Amino acid sequence: MQGLSATPQLVSWLSQGSVLFWLVHVLGVLCFAYIVARRLVPLVRAERDLRFDHPLQRFHNVLKYWFGQWKHPRYKAAGILHILIFAGFVVLALRAFTVLIVGVSYGFVMPGLSGVAGRLYETVTDYAATIVFLCMIVAIVRRLVFKPARYEVPRRFGNSHKMDAIFLLSLIAVLMLADSLFEATRAAALVHSQEPESRAYLSLPWLLQMFLVQASTSTIGAFCFAGYLAHELAFYFLLCYRPFGIQFHVETSLFNIYFAKLDRKKLKPVKWGLSDQQLDQVKSFGVKTFEEFTWKHILDFYSCADCGRCSDNCPSNAAGRPLSPRFLTTKARDYAFQHYPMFGKAGNGHALVGNIYSEDEIWSCTTCGACEAECPLLIEYIDKIVDLRRGLIDDGNVPQSLQKPLKALESRGNPYGKMEKKKADWTLGKDFQPVCPVKRLDKEPGANTLYFVDSITSFDDRMQSIARSTARILSHVGEDFGILGPAERDSGHEVRRFGEELLFMALRDHNSEAIKNSGARRIVTSDPHAFNALKNDYRHLPPVEHISQFIARQIRGGQIGFKPADADKVFTFHDPCYLGRHNDVYDDPRAVLDAIPGLNRVEMKRCRDRSFCCGGGGLMLFYEPKEEERIGVKRVRMAAEAGASVIVTSCPFCMVNLEDAVKVAGLEGKISVIDLAELVDQQIARPVPACEEVREIPQECVIGR
Amino acid sequence: MEILVCVKRVPDTSENDIELNSAGNDIERDDLVYSINESDNYAVEEALQIVAKVGGTVSVVTVGAEEDEEVLRRQMAMGASHGILLTDPQFEGSDGRGIASILKGWVQKGNYDLILTGVQAEDGAAQVGGMLAAMLDYPFASLVTSIEVLANNKLKIAREIEGGNREVSEIDLPCVLSIQTGINEPRYVGMKGIRAVQSIPIPTYGASELGLTHAQVGSAAAKVTRVDYFVPALGKGARMLSGTREQNAQEVVELVAAKGGLK
Repeated sequence: MQGLSATPQLVSWLSQGSVLFWLVHVLGVLCFAYIVARRLVPLVRAERDLRFDHPLQRFHNVLKYWFGQWKHPRYKAAGILHILIFAGFVVLALRAFTVLIVGVSYGFVMPGLSGVAGRLYETVTDYAATIVFLCMIVAIVRRLVFKPARYEVPRRFGNSHKMDAIFLLSLIAVLMLADSLFEATRAAALVHSQEPESRAYLSLPWLLQMFLVQASTSTIGAFCFAGYLAHELAFYFLLCYRPFGIQFHVETSLFNIYFAKLDRKKLKPVKWGLSDQQLDQVKSFGVKTFEEFTWKHILDFYSCADCGRCSDNCPSNAAGRPLSPRFLTTKARDYAFQHYPMFGKAGNGHALVGNIYSEDEIWSCTTCGACEAECPLLIEYIDKIVDLRRGLIDDGNVPQSLQKPLKALESRGNPYGKMEKKKADWTLGKDFQPVCPVKRLDKEPGANTLYFVDSITSFDDRMQSIARSTARILSHVGEDFGILGPAERDSGHEVRRFGEELLFMALRDHNSEAIKNSGARRIVTSDPHAFNALKNDYRHLPPVEHISQFIARQIRGGQIGFKPADADKVFTFHDPCYLGRHNDVYDDPRAVLDAIPGLNRVEMKRCRDRSFCCGGGGLMLFYEPKEEERIGVKRVRMAAEAGASVIVTSCPFCMVNLEDAVKVAGLEGKISVIDLAELVDQQIARPVPACEEVREIPQECVIGR
Repeated sequence: MEILVCVKRVPDTSENDIELNSAGNDIERDDLVYSINESDNYAVEEALQIVAKVGGTVSVVTVGAEEDEEVLRRQMAMGASHGILLTDPQFEGSDGRGIASILKGWVQKGNYDLILTGVQAEDGAAQVGGMLAAMLDYPFASLVTSIEVLANNKLKIAREIEGGNREVSEIDLPCVLSIQTGINEPRYVGMKGIRAVQSIPIPTYGASELGLTHAQVGSAAAKVTRVDYFVPALGKGARMLSGTREQNAQEVVELVAAKGGLK
């Protein structure tokens, strides 16, 4: 290939341009290596985290979430923009390296990229550079003109990140421009030397070539050198600047996704690799200082791209609570940058809560998981929140409103301080007991199925109706079932998520023993929190089903037939977080609703894995957050917007929050809330009396036959 | 500063349905859960905060039996360095003065600068703190809502006065203070803390070690004895609402409004 060199003779004292470029290369690479080494310091000091298992599964994640950009299209405009930029970067990576080498060895051609393959690659890269360049312009215009709300930084979280973002976008645009200029000068020079060469039609290099071809050879040479130098400087500047801000994800995302948590259903243990017994020897629980995060959690902080999708979906943030997952991450990153500087001593040991985080911020999280469902980089939030809470619990920093329920859980096994012996009182009503007697497995073990009721459904007047409906459904299909009664303690689901691990373990061990003694072969529960605890937090239990799964199964088996629903009502299903997002049960409750003849069902805009939390269950009911509006109120407004007159949910805590919210929002009479079990119980086609098994179901009502 | 906090284990009113026993002289005590008396918990927290500022140790003491160790351990998990159980069959049936005498016996064995009690036991008569101070000939302040340590062996304390006013006084050390709830925000005591102090031995002291005789403690010495225990009968002017929650709430609002309570 003829043409002109990017390394002309410079002023005599600097000898050849190639020397200059060697210098830039060596300095650039050394700087980057040094910066990365410094960035690794906190990771080395951090807690251990077992992330080296299952390489195939991890590689699959990389293909799906990194290479495949799986979560990006959830936000259409930004997502497509990012996919284009990412694809451009991937395509251009090879060219960038080639160009770097060309600076010191002009005739260099990347092996395998000579001849036709090389021409083809050049065409593709010309368009890639053009597309990335245009995307940068679009991204800058978005930031400056359209200003998507999720990029805003509320005053309490510090200064706007806008200028930094625009600066970085501009630098990439410069990189693309410089790259295109360099290629264009080379092509123009070839035209000058009578070797017709053209860059890809209508691409940026092609446009530049059009201008340059008119110029003299020396002008082209100057542009070639300028383009090359600009490319070099922009490349190395970006490389070394990215680790100081939001674009570090360009380097870290691959690792962050490879090492991402594989089983999101399991909460992080207090410490990796310790047995329950060894926990007694652990001096301090949870995360109190930055170094008590695991190395992967610090990598999360580095990897955040500040896209704001987490906070855009966070119910606490929406309600004006002091928590915003995005800033949970960026504040930790700022802390890391400040306390692990490039030069000088790395400090450590400052308490995070009271310094960069407030206590309210940490208690505000409902652990609904909306942030994690959204994050394109698979950053983890719940484990960090729980770890920070473990630290607060360990130091005794617990809001007064939570101390009583926690104490009651310890002494009575339920947060209300109700006496154990009253746990089965919901079965005793004179309208209920005679028609639907419920076996007490604590007294008389030996039923096929255990109905795990949990505290709120056992003790709360309103929620007891869910328990009775559940029992009537189980009884209707002829299920041999019973309850643990006083032997059942709280599942401890929120106890664990509020950071009181050892109390959770005591509750877990008690319940596991009681369940074992009951002789039940299967467990059914109407509470998604209990469902999640038994299924994912407990060990070695019989299979656990949520009542919605059980009902769906019975419908498929033809065991349940329904009366037609009220045609005037419009139903919508509110996905409880611990049923949907945390356990992927989305279809069963909907299948149950759709099995009821004539039932009008609409979806809220935010449904399934984008469902909007009701405000949080368990101990969250006792917490008094600082907020502008209740989360539940926002949710019932969404239902009203969807045109629903009945919100169906399948969780007693959703029921508490949504029923209250209907009143607060002034929607009484317009919207009502019902539990799926209650609705099914109402709609079951059954001859009188209520609890006898239906042998013959009217044909038109049987679904799934 | 050496601080002694006198604590008591009481049936937790928020976690029990308190019912009379069949004899009608006490409450039904099977199935009860106990915890530390609430204002005593505030007193321990206050002691811990003082020690965190000015140094020293916090000891907790209770008069009772083996099962009362539970509250001592909980307060040790909270941060108290020593727990002391004063127990003796002779102590049974002591009235307030008897309990104060027992505590006095312990105080005189030690070298405490400050003695705190809760303002009142949930099942008690708010008398032990004052009596203890009198027996020791120490100054006493009740209903204390803030404590500040001054130089020259004095404390600056604030007390709650009826009507929401506060009175600020200086008091000489050593002294006895009864602590009002709300003086601070007691820290949470988790399972981990409780397990950590589970096997620390708690010393016990009986009547002879405290230099006490039949004449001072126990039922024989008691000059106040309980003769009855009952739930007040429904009087005139009281009305029980028996509707659903919503109806009751509505009715309460109407009643309050009708009496001019809502403007």
